[in-house]
Amino acid sequence: MGKSLFQKVWDSHRVGTLGDGRTQLFIGTHLIHEVTSPQAFGMLRELGLNVKFPQRTFATIDHIVPTINQDQPADPMAAEMIEAIRKNCDDFGVTYFDLKSGKQGILHVVGPEQGITQPGTTIACGDSHTATHGAFGAIAFGIGTSQVRDVLATQTMALQEMKVRRIEVNGDLRPGVYAKDVILHIIRLLGANGGIGYAYEYAGDVFERMSMEERMTICNMSIEGGARCGYINPDAKTVAYLQGRPYVDNDNFNETAARWLSFASDADAHYDDIVKIDASQIDPTVTWGISPDAGISITENIPDPLTAESPEEKASIEEALEYMKLPAGAPIQGVKIDVAFIGSCTNGRISDFREVAKYIKGHKVAANVQAIAVPGSQIVAIQCEQEGLPEIFREAGFEWRAAGCSMCLAMNPDKLIGDQLCASSSNRNFKGRQGSPTGRTILMSPVMVAAAAIKGHITDARDLFDLEESAAVA
Amino acid sequence: MTLDPVKQVSGTGVFIPGADIDTDRIIPARFMKCVTFDGLGEFAFYDVRFNSDTGEKTKHPLNDERFKDASILIAGVNFGCGSSREHAPQSLTKYGFKACIAESFAEIFYGNSTTLAMPCVMASAADIAALKAAVEAKPETEITIDVENLKVSTSGGLEISVNMPESARDALISGRWDPIQELIDNDAAINERASALHYV
Repeated sequence: MGKSLFQKVWDSHRVGTLGDGRTQLFIGTHLIHEVTSPQAFGMLRELGLNVKFPQRTFATIDHIVPTINQDQPADPMAAEMIEAIRKNCDDFGVTYFDLKSGKQGILHVVGPEQGITQPGTTIACGDSHTATHGAFGAIAFGIGTSQVRDVLATQTMALQEMKVRRIEVNGDLRPGVYAKDVILHIIRLLGANGGIGYAYEYAGDVFERMSMEERMTICNMSIEGGARCGYINPDAKTVAYLQGRPYVDNDNFNETAARWLSFASDADAHYDDIVKIDASQIDPTVTWGISPDAGISITENIPDPLTAESPEEKASIEEALEYMKLPAGAPIQGVKIDVAFIGSCTNGRISDFREVAKYIKGHKVAANVQAIAVPGSQIVAIQCEQEGLPEIFREAGFEWRAAGCSMCLAMNPDKLIGDQLCASSSNRNFKGRQGSPTGRTILMSPVMVAAAAIKGHITDARDLFDLEESAAVA
Repeated sequence: MTLDPVKQVSGTGVFIPGADIDTDRIIPARFMKCVTFDGLGEFAFYDVRFNSDTGEKTKHPLNDERFKDASILIAGVNFGCGSSREHAPQSLTKYGFKACIAESFAEIFYGNSTTLAMPCVMASAADIAALKAAVEAKPETEITIDVENLKVSTSGGLEISVNMPESARDALISGRWDPIQELIDNDAAINERASALHYV
């Protein structure tokens, strides 16, 4: 029997078995940022340890970076955190993409664009959206700060081997249905805890047709389905995306590419579970509750607790609707929004801004809606400028910002106020996620965010824009 | 590095209602503006414990005087989902929690908690409901988690079986819940693995 990519990567990075039965896994690439790394360096110093492979760790700042004046930290603590990562990288010889480098951005945008993210490798980062890098056929884990310390000190960490679930999506996506809709649909079907104990392999012709950036959107939200990592097998698109990028071995590229492709799952690989999904059944999907699995088609109504199948489900719907201040059983279309956010490690790449720019020309953001567009990295920002995209967004009434995590998690000045409702291209609709303890989030694709911004309420982008030819993956 | 084995944990409990309680709920992101984990305890569950407009305490169980000394957190499905922030279990241990009992846990939270020597054990929905009823009827109910034998008992006579991954159980009872020393000790094997990888 053949092996899945997960098994190939796991086996090739296994250092040994620890006393408690877990695997000591070699982590080829380590990404760090300003929020979850300072304590890890503090622990290293306390234990008198060094960074074992400083050339295998890469740092940037993303979570707390302001998107208006990037170089002016919002408060003394933000300044201290930025100073801490600079000093830690300096002291231990770690590559740091600072604001002046022209390469700063959200780690999960920066890794791929630098070619640091490569197939057949293991990647870890103190951030749960690290699964994004799985789009390249890497096995990428979000880790806690003690594990950041472990990786810094030993380039390894202790992990329990996972089972592998293959999620096959085949068929044609309809116009107006994007990668974001596909992953929201998968999470809706399998649940926010469905992936516990699993690595997700996304397979089928829908993912094969997707661009690398669309694949990143898919893998990014694996953790929202409970899976610590998710990946797509590397193919010719993966190889083409990486060729020529700074951290790729471009001198021996053919040999490197052949090695990358050899990690793809064998045709007769063993899977612990297989789920099949019909692409034609997927609609533009939005969330209505406080967990990413609370998704519905844009044409559906908000759930009604009276139709719940169990007391637990009823309580859960009631809690979500009370927080979201949404009427049970009513259409989700027409729900008024206050803020529209396009950006994040889920949907803050060049293709996201290009796609939205195609449709917002000639439209204006509704009065009383604040719409912000935030490129995921300085490189994405420059690409956007070269293509004239900021003007298109500004003309339509968007604020065009500088690179960072922005309003995805609100550790920077971009935050909801009071119970504002945000149509958001980010990944989490948790209570308080966007910075206000009563702020509300509805997740959707960037084009759906743009449609909501223009109409002033949640709407079906297919009614507003002529999306017939757009469907990026149809 | 010798660590204390964690074979048994005892204390009174508090039930936190709701499924999919995420780590943003446990520690809101704004409290992660820090370079150490000190002082995180007072911010555990902050935004559901305090009204954001008035600053007044809400009806959250952690504000209930009857549960103020609780050190065992009881919860539902998928506790600790979302962000990988170790700040979440750090805030719980610094608040005073010594262990968690839930129907299920998110994986990253689970690993982070084990590394901090905070056992997280899983129980059936019916047993969680029984524990909830027991602590709410009698908050002084003493709960004992026997990590070694995967049993939970209460002073009220409730006895339930719980489970946890064998690796976590072993790590806790044998005092190797923080793996750093063992990882370091395998230096030769690490170097060997690194040299076999083309990209390192």
